[in-house]
Amino acid sequence: MTDATDPLSREIEGPSPRQMLKARALKHKALIFGMTVVLLLVLIALLAPVLAPHDPYEQSLMNRMVKPVFMGGTWEHPLGTDHLGRDYLSRLIYGARVSLLIGAVAALISGVIGTAMGVAAGYFGGKVDAVVTFLINVRLAMPVVLVALAVVAILGGSLTVVICVLGLLLWDRFAVVMRASTLQVRRRDYVAAAQVIGASTPRIVLTEIMPNIFNNLIVVVTLEMAHAILLEAALSFLGLGVQPPTPSWGLMVSEGKNMMLFEPWLVLIPGAVLFVLVLAINLMGDGLRDVTAPEGRS
Amino acid sequence: MLPFILKRLGLALLVAFTVSFISFSLLFLSGDPAAALAGETASGEDIEAIRRIYGFDRPMLVQYGDWLFSALRGDFGESYYFKLPVASLIAERLQVTMTLGVCGILFALLTAVPLGVVAAIRPNSLIDRVALFLSVAGQAMPSFWFGLILIVVFAIQLGLLPPSGAATWRHFIMPTIVLGYYAMPAIMRLTRAGMLDVLGSDYIRTARAKGAGETRVLFKHALRNAIIPVVSLAAVQMGFMLGGSIVVESVFALHGAGYLAWESIARNDLPTVQALILVFSMFYIVFTFLADVLNAWLDPRMRSA
Repeated sequence: MTDATDPLSREIEGPSPRQMLKARALKHKALIFGMTVVLLLVLIALLAPVLAPHDPYEQSLMNRMVKPVFMGGTWEHPLGTDHLGRDYLSRLIYGARVSLLIGAVAALISGVIGTAMGVAAGYFGGKVDAVVTFLINVRLAMPVVLVALAVVAILGGSLTVVICVLGLLLWDRFAVVMRASTLQVRRRDYVAAAQVIGASTPRIVLTEIMPNIFNNLIVVVTLEMAHAILLEAALSFLGLGVQPPTPSWGLMVSEGKNMMLFEPWLVLIPGAVLFVLVLAINLMGDGLRDVTAPEGRS
Repeated sequence: MLPFILKRLGLALLVAFTVSFISFSLLFLSGDPAAALAGETASGEDIEAIRRIYGFDRPMLVQYGDWLFSALRGDFGESYYFKLPVASLIAERLQVTMTLGVCGILFALLTAVPLGVVAAIRPNSLIDRVALFLSVAGQAMPSFWFGLILIVVFAIQLGLLPPSGAATWRHFIMPTIVLGYYAMPAIMRLTRAGMLDVLGSDYIRTARAKGAGETRVLFKHALRNAIIPVVSLAAVQMGFMLGGSIVVESVFALHGAGYLAWESIARNDLPTVQALILVFSMFYIVFTFLADVLNAWLDPRMRSA
């Protein structure tokens, strides 16, 4: 019965879906690159106290704007110092904490709001769907940067306020994607089957719907995390986000801007790191989409 | 067609109404706008006086009704900081922002659509890869940083372009590129995906089979259909760009509506901020409405939606 040439048993011995996913992921260069960079930056953020050569807040007016080592500086300050003599590398390392924290928590908040709205709209349809679609339209009509700036200015720019404001503003894509995904899954036979055996709505949503739209959710989480990080940097750059002396990359660009004429590296370095982080997260998100939904690749 | 337009118009008005309420009530988040306006050193009496002068002592809904009816007549009150009518202040500043927005979307369309088309005709070619790289980089590029780099290179190092201001058309080159690049990736991806989709369809095969020239097939048959969703995306992007111009305008010191927003927010100038949020939202609502109508006109299948 268990002959290797038997077509049925051969099918069983083939790679499992999980193994196929892993094989696809390992072949996807952009995904591997993105994941490696993100993991590296997460590690750097976690190990900041160990890795940073100096205290990111310690000022030294004798050592202001020391050049980075590749521009004739010394290894004492590998990336130089800023206008207050603070070690630039240390500030960059601690800045990774700010960016990643804001990105992750804002994406989490907006993810919970948007997923709840999207799944409810897709599952119940009718009036619920109409209300959610309307709310998405209202949200899209509000200019994000402007509203975020205004609210942060009113409530005061602290890390918590910035995270909450971004979390409450960025749920639109979650709602749109989760609504569409739920609509697709909802018509499947296994959902009907669960309904027929009398499963409760929360149970159907949690055990039948959610696992099947989870891949799409992860993709949106990564993309919105990148979005939140970029927005935080823009708010801080405009002076209405995270407040000094917190080391935020957007704030560092803003502080370096005044010296840009003579010391352009003060602007180039934090912006480049920000670019690399956002690029890596986006590549990871795009890669995950390719790998988890290979049939939808174009 | 008419029922569709009326339904869509009703929805747009409802969205506009809700947005107006939100943008008005946002500024009551601080709890007491009078205290915020008076500043930290003001005494209780000062705050009380300001509360009466500006009418903050009335119920919020009454204030909102008042504000909305004045706004419908084009009266947004007086700016606390500039001591000028907000409406004329914004109207004057909008010229710069509109110029920038139109140039930006044109730049985005003129680069993204040809790139997307070529990328779709020759998938995995060098141009396809360059287009992919440009769009991936564009989505990760912090626009304020990109703007500063352009200033360092083209204004400071090469001295080719003025670094800031809005005096001549040359002042608009760098801001246009920065703002346009922000909208480019999405437009390019959609053009490419749309063209790939259309090029694989039966009517393209038919057009080729009956002997139509390749140029004719690509432009008359394929692009015409692939461009429909791009039109509505461009309208949406235009709305986002006007809202996003606040960053670009502050980098290049372009004194448009975005710059005004930044100034007013930093100065606690509530009536100006409220009006600007509403105005930017209205642009978005009008653009998406026009795009939907245009779409329904081009593609009758959309009319049932």
